[in-house]
Amino acid sequence: MPDILSRPFRFGSNSGQPITRRDGIAKVTGTAIFAADNMPDRLLHAVIVPAGIARGRVTHLDAEAAEAHPGVTHVITPQNRPPLQGDPSAKTMMFSFRIEVLQDDAVRYAGQPIAMVLGETLEAATEGAHLLSPRYDVEPARVRLDDSPSFAFDPAGFGLPADVEHGDVDAGHRAARWVVDATYETAAQYHNAMETHAIVAEWDGDRLTLDMPSQALAISCAAYAFYFGIPAGNVTLRSPYLGGGFGSKAFATGPQVLAILAARMTGRPVKLMLTRQQMFGPVGHRGATRQRLRLGADDRAALTVIDHEGLAETSSFDDFVEPAAGASQGLYAARALRSTHRAVRLDIGTPGPMRAPGEASGSAALECAMDEMAEQIGIDPLEFRLRNYAETEPGTGRPYSSKALRECYMQAAERFGWAGRPLKPGQMRDDNGLLVGWGMGTALFPCPMFAAEARATLRPDGTALVETSAADMGQGAWTALAQIAADSLGLPLEKLEFRSGHSGLPDAGVAGGSGHTATAGGALHAAGSDVIRQLGEIAAADPASPLYGSGNAGFVARDGRLYVADDDSRSEAFAEIIGRAGGAAITGNGTASRPPEDAERHAMSSHGAVFAEVKVDPDLYQMRVTRMVGAFAAGRIINPRLAESQLMGGMIWGISFALHEEARHDPRTGRIVNADFAGYHVPVNADVRGLEVITVHEDDPYVNALGIKGVGEIGITGAVGAIANAIWHATGKRIRRFPIRIEDLSTA
Amino acid sequence: MNRFDFIQPITIEDAIAAWRPGAAWLGGGTNLVDLMKTGALQPELVIDITHLPGLGTIETLPDGSTRIGALANNSDLAHDPGISRRFPMLAEAILSGASGQLRNAATVGGNLMQRTRCAYFQDPNAACNRRVPGLGCDAREGENANLAILGWSASCIATNPSDFCVSLAALDAVVEVQGPAGRREIAFTDFHHLPGDTPERENALKPGELILALRLPAEAAQFATNSRYLKLRDRTSFAFAIASAAAALRLESGRIAEARLALGAVAAKPWRVTEAETLLTGHIPDPALFERAADAALAGAAPSGGNAWKIDLARRTAARALVMAAAGTPARMPALPASPFGELTGEPTHA
Repeated sequence: MPDILSRPFRFGSNSGQPITRRDGIAKVTGTAIFAADNMPDRLLHAVIVPAGIARGRVTHLDAEAAEAHPGVTHVITPQNRPPLQGDPSAKTMMFSFRIEVLQDDAVRYAGQPIAMVLGETLEAATEGAHLLSPRYDVEPARVRLDDSPSFAFDPAGFGLPADVEHGDVDAGHRAARWVVDATYETAAQYHNAMETHAIVAEWDGDRLTLDMPSQALAISCAAYAFYFGIPAGNVTLRSPYLGGGFGSKAFATGPQVLAILAARMTGRPVKLMLTRQQMFGPVGHRGATRQRLRLGADDRAALTVIDHEGLAETSSFDDFVEPAAGASQGLYAARALRSTHRAVRLDIGTPGPMRAPGEASGSAALECAMDEMAEQIGIDPLEFRLRNYAETEPGTGRPYSSKALRECYMQAAERFGWAGRPLKPGQMRDDNGLLVGWGMGTALFPCPMFAAEARATLRPDGTALVETSAADMGQGAWTALAQIAADSLGLPLEKLEFRSGHSGLPDAGVAGGSGHTATAGGALHAAGSDVIRQLGEIAAADPASPLYGSGNAGFVARDGRLYVADDDSRSEAFAEIIGRAGGAAITGNGTASRPPEDAERHAMSSHGAVFAEVKVDPDLYQMRVTRMVGAFAAGRIINPRLAESQLMGGMIWGISFALHEEARHDPRTGRIVNADFAGYHVPVNADVRGLEVITVHEDDPYVNALGIKGVGEIGITGAVGAIANAIWHATGKRIRRFPIRIEDLSTA
Repeated sequence: MNRFDFIQPITIEDAIAAWRPGAAWLGGGTNLVDLMKTGALQPELVIDITHLPGLGTIETLPDGSTRIGALANNSDLAHDPGISRRFPMLAEAILSGASGQLRNAATVGGNLMQRTRCAYFQDPNAACNRRVPGLGCDAREGENANLAILGWSASCIATNPSDFCVSLAALDAVVEVQGPAGRREIAFTDFHHLPGDTPERENALKPGELILALRLPAEAAQFATNSRYLKLRDRTSFAFAIASAAAALRLESGRIAEARLALGAVAAKPWRVTEAETLLTGHIPDPALFERAADAALAGAAPSGGNAWKIDLARRTAARALVMAAAGTPARMPALPASPFGELTGEPTHA
């Protein structure tokens, strides 16, 4: 099991350079070892049995039949499940979920694990799982937003935006000359990373080793240690590669805990990999929402109020409510602003954070409502947004740490060719007679920063080792973070060995919230700077060094040499300085977090603008996004190639959200009827035609030392509304439910 | 997956002799294996027919008909120069289905034997009369927006998922089969059954019969210059149809001498509509005529659930397919076969 990448295949220079992914060739040639590729000796294969009903009780499992099947070694049910040391319903930290680990015979959602079968082969365990033939006491399933009463819920407490109210909302409604009052619905979506959730667990006494894709190594170790009553330091988690995560691999999940339990119970290593179908339930999802948007605008098209009510589903046993209305909080300069949430308990797996949680669904509704208001007033949608441009944060009046949204609007509009767009819908056709529509939306995502640690070691030969437990989900952390580390040490990338993806390394925090590059990168930068500071002290105190006595001037590291900050003629190679000092490696440590006062004084967000063109067949209603242009201002871009790729991925998810993605429940059984990739649609290549990303530079001295804001999630926001608005512009039809399908246009 | 016997006979006679109730023929496996994994199908014996000789050829017979072996794969068939010249609608229909990888594996015989994609058929936990006779039909009160609007019954509202079969129905193909009682032929439009009270009887094959080949009569090539397949779907590739239509015209002196029209995704079988064909015959092609033909094609349509919207959409699809057929078969296969977007200029070939 390699903990580090094999020797990188291509290096360019450092930050700001569009270096290709250093792990790209390993991944596309199959030499990258993912969690489920591990096959330790004496391995047992685990298969979970998903509940076939959404609510009720398991009354019978035919364990005898399963146990009698050749190759089946164990059948684990609530009756014989060994105890856990930590309560699976405990909320030990902010990011804890209640997990389902066979603690009772209750069924709380379809797909919930109700048993686990172990076998010498995957086939044996799979057949054993079939043979259990569960029987149930069934209660009616509640799976739609109207199936249960709603209750007020404030999403604060999960690091999510709390409900807010600024200004006099009632007065804002009264002052409105123009009113939009519209309700939008978004479908439940399930994270479907290419790599499904997997784990190989092995115990050695009270020490646990896990091969498992993880977006948050330290948090995961702490969670598993809690459930099994061991110190967190006893858990080794190796996660060198992830085949995607999207938020679902940041938390301990029930199936993975069961696999660890099975390994302890049997004294053998146990592997579990969820099937695609099993991804629809126990590992989180983006909850369905219904959002009411009430906007008011005055005679001058200035917003008098944004009143955003979000209703979202959560499970019957835990709380995660898609904070959709939060998307309206920081964007437009309305005189009054209110965002509130309600929740509905349904017989579904607990939702969780899925790429741009809240922002994606909330932005979809807000940007559509903004378009409807622009239509009412009779002005261009971009002009309407410019008239309501927030120069300071709405409600609080705080200055933005930086905000190049106006430049995003202008550059994207120019590139798209927005000028001259007819205000009225149904005015444009292409040569083939297809209806053409143009729409736009504003993109917004906060730029949080978490806490992280890193270590840098400058070796006597002038090369360096840098270490932090970062997670590369495919976004390119391994490349971008190495670029930052190399810069902090003044080394070319090829002189750097970068270790990551292992819990034994300094904690890089969570790869989530679009904050990983800023957070882990900040720690790496600090660690490298610490090394250079120490090196400078040694050189300044060494009479044999050309840098002797220049400590007050400070030093700059570049190309493996240390220079006096204001005098390029005085420099010395790292190796020479270390050599004379006795040849011992120099180790530096770094941490990163945002100073609370900076966070308090400034509003901090990434911004962007997305423009979309759709074509719609006027008779058959088939639609297709034919062009998209997005411009994004997200502070300093470390690697333009990877950042643009992230932003494109987000915009493609916008297409998916707007036109494709939806988990559909059978209304009676509560089972998801399209739980595979044939039925659960995401866009194929043919659905994604012209796609262009522009990054607008920002110098932001407040977000963090490196000026990084993050690009992981913002691409979805703005894009969904832009597409829906373009469909209206093509057809004159406002479809207020996502995804928008042929069925919807044909019946509208 | 349940335990099953697996054999690989090397002669057709051995294969047929090996068949017993509960056995399944395995071709490309793109549908059967998926259903075995989920537990929806649990054959006791799987007979791998891919080693049988002579079933993969595509040939022109002395009478001018074209014979396609049951093991020819979908990709080879779609890219066969003779097929795309004489029966371009077949190639267009095949290329609009599944994905490149699946088409490389899937066989012609298997395409005819595809099971419905009704979610309740595929879910072994659900009640489905087609999978287990007498169990009931969960689709009636379930997610049925894309299920049948024609030819359905109280016991089953499933649709046939094939694109290829719609074009075969339009072109009067013949299915050659061999079973314990010898060889026989089945007219394509008789091959798939409507559900009635016996939805489990999906086709005209008798126990132990194996599809050997398809045959397209020589006359079917007379439609080559005016035949199109059109498919509506919620994404541009790798999606089953919401509505589809195969339309073919033989024009003589500006009039329709003969017409063919079949609809897909509307019934448990490809829905050939001879009434509409008769209505078209002898007339000068024009959109109003096509609208009337499309109306006739949907005569008798009724929603089987929340899918009344599909009736008008299927009608529009049929009318458009006729318009496209009248406009002429494109000289080259559109980059997006069977798509309303297929004629976009400069479209990259990535369907």
